[in-house]
Amino acid sequence: MSSIDNAEFADAPERARRLLPPGGSLLLIWPACVIVPFFVVPFVLLLRASLARPGFGALGEGGFDLQNYTGLAGDRAFLGSVGFSLVLAAGVAVTSLCLCFPFTFWITRMSRRAQVVWLVFLLTTLSLSEVLITFAWQVMLAKRIGFSNVLVWLHLLPEPESLSPNLWAVVACLVYLVIPFSVLLLFPGMSRIDPQLAEAAQTMGASPMRAFFSVIVPLMRRPIVTCLLMSFIVAIGSYVAPLVLGRPEQWTVAILISRAALDAGNLPLATAMSVAFLAATALVCGILLTLGGRGRPT
Amino acid sequence: MPGLEVQGVAKTFGKTPVVDHVSFQVAHGDFVCFLGPSGCGKTTLLRLIAGLEIPSAGRIVLDDIDITARAPCERSFGMVFQSLALFPHLNVEDNVGYSLRLRDGNRRARRERVEELLELVRLPGMAKRAVSQLSGGQRQRVAIARALAQEPRILLMDEPFSALDAKLREEMQVEIRQLQQKLKITTILVTHDQREAMTLADTVLVIAHGRIEQMGAPLDIYRNPANKFVATFIGSSNLIEVEVTGADRVRFGDHTIEVASIPAAALPGAAATLSVRPENILVNRLASGHSGGLSGTITFIRDFGSTIEARIDCGGREIITVSPSAQWDGMQASDRVGLQFAADACRVLPP
Repeated sequence: MSSIDNAEFADAPERARRLLPPGGSLLLIWPACVIVPFFVVPFVLLLRASLARPGFGALGEGGFDLQNYTGLAGDRAFLGSVGFSLVLAAGVAVTSLCLCFPFTFWITRMSRRAQVVWLVFLLTTLSLSEVLITFAWQVMLAKRIGFSNVLVWLHLLPEPESLSPNLWAVVACLVYLVIPFSVLLLFPGMSRIDPQLAEAAQTMGASPMRAFFSVIVPLMRRPIVTCLLMSFIVAIGSYVAPLVLGRPEQWTVAILISRAALDAGNLPLATAMSVAFLAATALVCGILLTLGGRGRPT
Repeated sequence: MPGLEVQGVAKTFGKTPVVDHVSFQVAHGDFVCFLGPSGCGKTTLLRLIAGLEIPSAGRIVLDDIDITARAPCERSFGMVFQSLALFPHLNVEDNVGYSLRLRDGNRRARRERVEELLELVRLPGMAKRAVSQLSGGQRQRVAIARALAQEPRILLMDEPFSALDAKLREEMQVEIRQLQQKLKITTILVTHDQREAMTLADTVLVIAHGRIEQMGAPLDIYRNPANKFVATFIGSSNLIEVEVTGADRVRFGDHTIEVASIPAAALPGAAATLSVRPENILVNRLASGHSGGLSGTITFIRDFGSTIEARIDCGGREIITVSPSAQWDGMQASDRVGLQFAADACRVLPP
């Protein structure tokens, strides 16, 4: 599918150049001139601060020292939190993919009109703030009016209880947050798949399930990787949901950073945490992209 | 009866009947074409046979076993789709070997079988190519090889040649017919191209509005169309409103035309339609002082070299004729000519 697309767009830079007036490439430079400094300057400031001696509050002060980093290497609470954040984000990404993949497939089989309604609905939920969603989940999981009352009514629980704070409340809320992203990322690729491909597999003896896994899933390999990556990154930076719905064991690195920076006033330590965590995240993303991009493009 | 039996099969989408209680039989080894204009339900009928649609009514029986409720994967019918539906993520070998891989894990046997199939469709040594590297005709062959891999009981093809250019299409038509005769595989092909149906099929089903208009050998259908639709859809035909006047004659205006036979239902005095093919009309120069017989004025001539097509105005009705060039007596547009219909080629159809 997109192997053909790739061939079609092989000369895209050439074609884009032809669209511009002579010397027009310069026109394309100015947005880069704006974007690059706005990304680079704060990052450089962050790096600089992480190299200051512990305890300095302002940026650019405190000399140069690797103490923050060496300290982190032996900080069990921090390393534990990094590990937990990575596992949590991976779990959220996989869970949301497992939910969204069949769901998106189901949407693409609907009438055009129904598809639009679903997509607009999903886009709308994106506009809700993470904070409000988290508090909604807290209410939903509360003892007095929450979900446990439904379980009691169904005779699955003897009496209402509070279903948060715990790990599952955090996971559920984060999955809820990333579902719209996942569906919107999977939808374009999924809707372009010729339904006759799955039918052809069935006429050759594949059950509908087998056809789905041997044809649809491999064709969706790249959107699947993109979707996992996106959910992973959204979940790994989560702050409000673990704070409100989790116990201290379930606090992500973002919470530790904010505590170091705001509560303890140790900006160099907080920035060192950020940079170390950034490196860990980049490593995981790199591995995922390498695995996902291998083999023939589909 | 062994073979495929379709018994009163119907399919409605919403309230629209797409296939309207169709019944027919296909003997083993036959090549059958479903021929009809687009939207006539021929593809839906094929999909019903493949199991990709569930009939609203009726039964599908294969070798005396009712397979109406069977899933497509349990029917073992090979299918070539209009879009070909080759798997873009698999190479030629894995596309062709897809059905084999579902069955058993013997890799070497599978590879040999794939190579054998590729020989059969004249694509030897292409196993490792990506599907995107193939030309239209090559993709076509891969799709056919893939459909044949599971040794299907019936091969189903949905307008398989529609994406090819005219020359390649004709080549592929000959090739598929040779392949079918060699393998003696029961084949059903859907097409809207009457030439394709005429040259490929043992039996043609002419379909319109979800119903079978006529079923028979291609030449039989051509010579004896059952109704006006078939007469004009298969080849071209002059349709003339006439009145039945006797056991072997009809009247057109003031003229009496002799025909070989008239259906028993058409009594003298009844209105009918006379169908006569353009090549069954003899055109000759009108001698001066000629009277009687059907005559007209040539309005337009197209010279194809080997044949000449003329449009002739006979008292306000246009009649199209096709004559071999050798028999054309140099007549020009606006010449008066006489027309003779070959009696045994005239068909009297319901009005």
